[in-house]
Amino acid sequence: MKLRFPTILRIGILVLLIVFLVRPEWFEPVFRPLTQNNAPVIYNQGSLLTLTLLHLRTVAIATAGATIVAVALAILVTRSFGVEFLPLSRSLVNIGQTFPPVAVLALAVPAVGFGEKPTLIALFLYGLLPIFENSLTGLTTLPPTVTDAARGVGMTGWQRLLKVELPLAMPIILAGIRLSVTINLATATIGSTVAAKTLGEVIIAGLQSNNLSFVLQGGLIVGVLAVLIYDGLSAIESFISRRMGLLQQS
Amino acid sequence: MVVRLDKLGVVTALITGYAVAGAPFATFRANRIVAGEPQTLLAALPSWAGPTLLTIVALAVIIGLFRTPSTLRLAASFAALAALFLLIGTAAEHLTPPGNTYARVSPASGFWLLLFAFALLAADSLTRLRPTPLIRILVLILAGAFIGSVLVSGSWDKLSILKEYSARADNFWAEASKHVTLALGSLAAAVIIGIPLGILCHRVQKLRAAVLNVLNIVQTIPSIALFGIMIAPLGWIAANVPGAAEIGIKGIGMAPAFVALFLYSLLPVVANTVVGLAGVPAQANDAARGVGMTERQRLFRVEFPLAFPVILTGVRIVLVQNIGLATIAALIGGGGFGVFVFQGIGQTAMDLVLLGAVPTVLLAFAAAIILDAAVELSSPAHSRTSA
Repeated sequence: MKLRFPTILRIGILVLLIVFLVRPEWFEPVFRPLTQNNAPVIYNQGSLLTLTLLHLRTVAIATAGATIVAVALAILVTRSFGVEFLPLSRSLVNIGQTFPPVAVLALAVPAVGFGEKPTLIALFLYGLLPIFENSLTGLTTLPPTVTDAARGVGMTGWQRLLKVELPLAMPIILAGIRLSVTINLATATIGSTVAAKTLGEVIIAGLQSNNLSFVLQGGLIVGVLAVLIYDGLSAIESFISRRMGLLQQS
Repeated sequence: MVVRLDKLGVVTALITGYAVAGAPFATFRANRIVAGEPQTLLAALPSWAGPTLLTIVALAVIIGLFRTPSTLRLAASFAALAALFLLIGTAAEHLTPPGNTYARVSPASGFWLLLFAFALLAADSLTRLRPTPLIRILVLILAGAFIGSVLVSGSWDKLSILKEYSARADNFWAEASKHVTLALGSLAAAVIIGIPLGILCHRVQKLRAAVLNVLNIVQTIPSIALFGIMIAPLGWIAANVPGAAEIGIKGIGMAPAFVALFLYSLLPVVANTVVGLAGVPAQANDAARGVGMTERQRLFRVEFPLAFPVILTGVRIVLVQNIGLATIAALIGGGGFGVFVFQGIGQTAMDLVLLGAVPTVLLAFAAAIILDAAVELSSPAHSRTSA
């Protein structure tokens, strides 16, 4: 594979991010102009690396759970057993998207307490919607010739699902997962308002002490992570669709 | 003959069964922040009301369980919802000792589950009836009028969320107007700037990728960080641009929140304008050119009307998103319903959290229904079938 400029740029940004997380004090001069009255320049109430890893873990757990449930539900409502739930599930997805993240987070607190749990619930719900919607689109817009052919060669329902329908819908499902990861990376920061250990802690500490340097550090790490992960998942996606495109051509 | 059960009816029945038998209907607390005592449905309601509610709920469950006509199911679920709404107020009245102003009664998990079960049944029957956009708005108005009249009648006054409200009624409306101003104002600004920008991006190929990439990156910045980052440039403007401070531009408060919401709103508006214009059929443009329309006429009479439903979809996304995001403004002193949410979290007073969260959810929900209806009314498929 030939390395092109955008790829080199991304690798550069990734290296910069890792260096910043491991040795944030090296960047002190960059952030110095943003602080006043000798306030600390680099976040000092915990390790940025640990917070980043916890942030990523929260997003990963929530997205994994959301993917399993959303894909299972999409499969269920596209089988003949669950087909009567299809219109309802569509409207529920629409309604669900109108719930603001802060409200979900705040309302989850009385049920499960402060900390990581309400954040996981909110992220799970927010992650569910794009993946479910995309899985549904992927499974309901398959070319009828393909499904007919699969039936014609005598495949059972399970075989059709696992060998034909899911592989063909995979690129669209992956696009949904990518969207949901990107949204959740940003939404997870709000989790820190209910005491979850995420990068939001850095931003909120900055807002409370009027320290712009903290706000920017937290925001930049999340933004860069989101861009890199979005691009990485896009690359995986186009790799898979390319492979399937080749299979279709041959 | 085999009686066939409705699958959703079975789900509703299971949830209802658990909510009535295994979950508390209301919670009684001696004051605002102590732990509550859960009360079952029959204990929470006066002797006439408990069995009445159970009968209505049971009837609605039975109607839901069998394959009955959608209109009947809708009526049954609405009746059950109305009974729940009315009687939760009665429960508060019943559980609060006379003259006690410290006691708090709030709906508990059983109530919320019943609400969820019948909202599910109502949503399902509404979906099956495929109401036209205008009917959907009518249902929304009727539901709003019902809740409004219950609020005005005072039968919810003993509920904890309304006690929180009555303690800060003036504040509530001030924050509500700030919330709506933030959400609608930033949307208006995004429409005024975003649609011309989208038209420009559609015309100038080179600009498109650059603008959309920048706006995409803005979306990846977490909202609380973007709100915070805006403090610096606006503070600088307020200090250095003559007249800026006089018109209310400040480093903290509504101005940075407004700018942050505006930046988040741009991407859906610009992207949908570009997609909408790109989707205009080439034949339509050719025909317009053929009859000798100028560029400007073509834009306003052909391209723009055809792209309008897609652009409106962008507006819907932005409005619902802004109503939700405006809660974050409270973190930088920008006001809005978020004030109550974050105060409530800080004091672990969940009634206060509800006072901020419930109006936000209702506002976002109403905005989604109204704009979905508007999108459907404006789309060509609809006007063709109704004409």
